Amino acid sequence: MRAYFGRRYTLSASHRLHSDALSAAENQAAYGKCNNPHGHGHNYILEVLAGGRVDPETGMVVNLAAMDEVVRERVLERFDHTNLNLDPLFTNRVPTTENLCKAVFEILEGSLEPAELVQVRVEETENNFFEYGGD
Amino acid sequence: MVFLTRRATFSASHYYWNDAWPAERNRQVFGRCANRNGHGHNYTLEVTVAGDPDPVTGFVVDLKWLKDVMEREVLSAYDHRHLNLETPEFATSIPTTENIAIAAWKRLVPAVTAAGGAELSRVRVYETPEIFAEYRGEP
Repeated sequence: MRAYFGRRYTLSASHRLHSDALSAAENQAAYGKCNNPHGHGHNYILEVLAGGRVDPETGMVVNLAAMDEVVRERVLERFDHTNLNLDPLFTNRVPTTENLCKAVFEILEGSLEPAELVQVRVEETENNFFEYGGD
Repeated sequence: MVFLTRRATFSASHYYWNDAWPAERNRQVFGRCANRNGHGHNYTLEVTVAGDPDPVTGFVVDLKWLKDVMEREVLSAYDHRHLNLETPEFATSIPTTENIAIAAWKRLVPAVTAAGGAELSRVRVYETPEIFAEYRGEP
């Protein structure tokens, strides 16, 4: 049977929303306080959803310890307590939470075998979150 | 179609063990979860049904009815129980969060289907606030 397994992680990082394609005034209009020059930070919650067949021997879609290891190595160690703007992934794209969500999906895709990555959700604050499923 | 979700909590104990494996492999795969004396969690059960709101009541289903179904079909069997030892479905399968979500679906689907109107869409079980599994009725 196909089921889903989800796990929530936290990471803290700073960012500044600024696009080189826009003028200073346009950046200010688009991003408001998020455009402040020295950046600001969030405690992000990252929710990783895997889908796949429930292994009859283990009762699991994916081994939690293996998933933790992959996410820690590839995502948390990369982004936690960093300035997202300085990561090469965000050289040419603004580190909005939409783009962080997509970046994490791209990093993790194919790494949870035998399960597949179904969705990445990033909560920037308690009041806003973003989801990406590879569409 | 509108999706309606109701949450409930239950507390239960369990352990992970595959009788077909030697003890060493169980400990290797399941780690601390293989402690045969068991351990427990405060689980959260989230049940989602889908349907069109009734034109008279505006309800997809009556929330009180859904609460009672969850209580009768799932919580009365799982709450304050040892899942391995006291629930028949886990005599033959390991009570992982995935299998609990599937088992809860199987317990709920006859009552939801019989009532008509809405269909069971999703059962999600949180083992802790950070770990959950979900079943959507897929083969």
